[in-house]
Amino acid sequence: MGKYIDLTAANFEATLANGVSLVDFWAPWCGPCRMIAPVIEELANDYDGKANICKVNTDEEQDIAVKFGIRSIPTIMFFKDGKMVDQVVGAQSKQALAQKIDALLA
Amino acid sequence: MLDCAIIGGGPAGLTAGLYTTRGGLENVVMYEKGMPGGQITQSSEIENYPGVTGEISGMDLMIPWPEQCQKFGLKHEMVEVTRVSKEGDVFTIHKADGSVDEARSVIIGTGSRPRRAGFAGEDTFFGRGVSTCATCDGFFYRGKEVAVIGGGDTALEEALYLAKICKKVYLIHRRDTFRSAPNTVARVKRTENIELVLNAVPEEVFGDASGVTGVRVKMNDGATRNIEVPGVFTFVGYDVNNQVLLQEDGNFLCDMTPAGEVVVDISMRTSVAGLFAAGDIRIAAPKQVVCAAGDGAVAALQAITYVDELLSH
Repeated sequence: MGKYIDLTAANFEATLANGVSLVDFWAPWCGPCRMIAPVIEELANDYDGKANICKVNTDEEQDIAVKFGIRSIPTIMFFKDGKMVDQVVGAQSKQALAQKIDALLA
Repeated sequence: MLDCAIIGGGPAGLTAGLYTTRGGLENVVMYEKGMPGGQITQSSEIENYPGVTGEISGMDLMIPWPEQCQKFGLKHEMVEVTRVSKEGDVFTIHKADGSVDEARSVIIGTGSRPRRAGFAGEDTFFGRGVSTCATCDGFFYRGKEVAVIGGGDTALEEALYLAKICKKVYLIHRRDTFRSAPNTVARVKRTENIELVLNAVPEEVFGDASGVTGVRVKMNDGATRNIEVPGVFTFVGYDVNNQVLLQEDGNFLCDMTPAGEVVVDISMRTSVAGLFAAGDIRIAAPKQVVCAAGDGAVAALQAITYVDELLSH
């Protein structure tokens, strides 16, 4: 069973440095974030060993949220080899997120 | 073959799930692309759900609902439904992953989504200063000034919520009266850090690479005013989510209003036998949690009767 990675200031850059990563910026009080939480968990399982499926708790990691100019959550960013290449705002279906990861893995 | 397929996991879908399963239907699946709860989980405060007193958020209200349904056997499939079609007595549920399910009856409870207000810059800056969810995004504007656009219940309630965490809230409304509960209007008017900007229509949200920096409004007398804020929250009504009923030939599966709402009778029956609609998506929906839940129960009871009759033939 794959598990998503909780990103902090300490592990952010090293985790995203290589390969394809999905980063879900969320917070506990956000309804749509809670709605996609099980989607993120399933993706972490499906892409175990293929892509990094990560979450940033914007309440606890405010510096990361500020660095990426987060003003709405959930914001889901896609990284390739440490570089942010795509992002979507708002709750998304698992299929929509998987398609974006697949496109970056191809 | 499912006895009943429920499309959508908000208050209507969840209540339909509770009543169909508890009422004896064996094989019921509720399709919701993520965790159930629905749009109401974005509301900061619910004052009008009967029997629930005290300050409670939409999310807190909805947390126990799925568990209650699952106790009676409701299954939740976490996938987006793209289309519902019908041939003979069988409905087909087309899913975003390409697979399909078959069902004897269907309850549509896909609800609605916040309407875009339609001013310049709204789409460009959506998620970068323009928001439709104060509970989600208010946090990013702590101690700052924000604008709220709208004059209904949601706009006023969310303005009150934002006033607690932001330095100041400009409430921009195109009229000089509000379509909201008198109690809520009174609370807004006595909140010191809410400035009412009335008879004003937002023309454009402007900004830079960092996101929104302000909103320009046009007053009824023709004057314009720039309000410099990093956040603009819009609450101007809802559009229904009726895409699942759209067929390959471009027609809808059942009768709809010109506005795209599903036409139902008082028993939540649509023009198609075995197809029911509940909650915000139906004609003349009051768009209240208690009404959506009530619709879900009515639709479920009808679905049980329909499936029983279908199987006894």
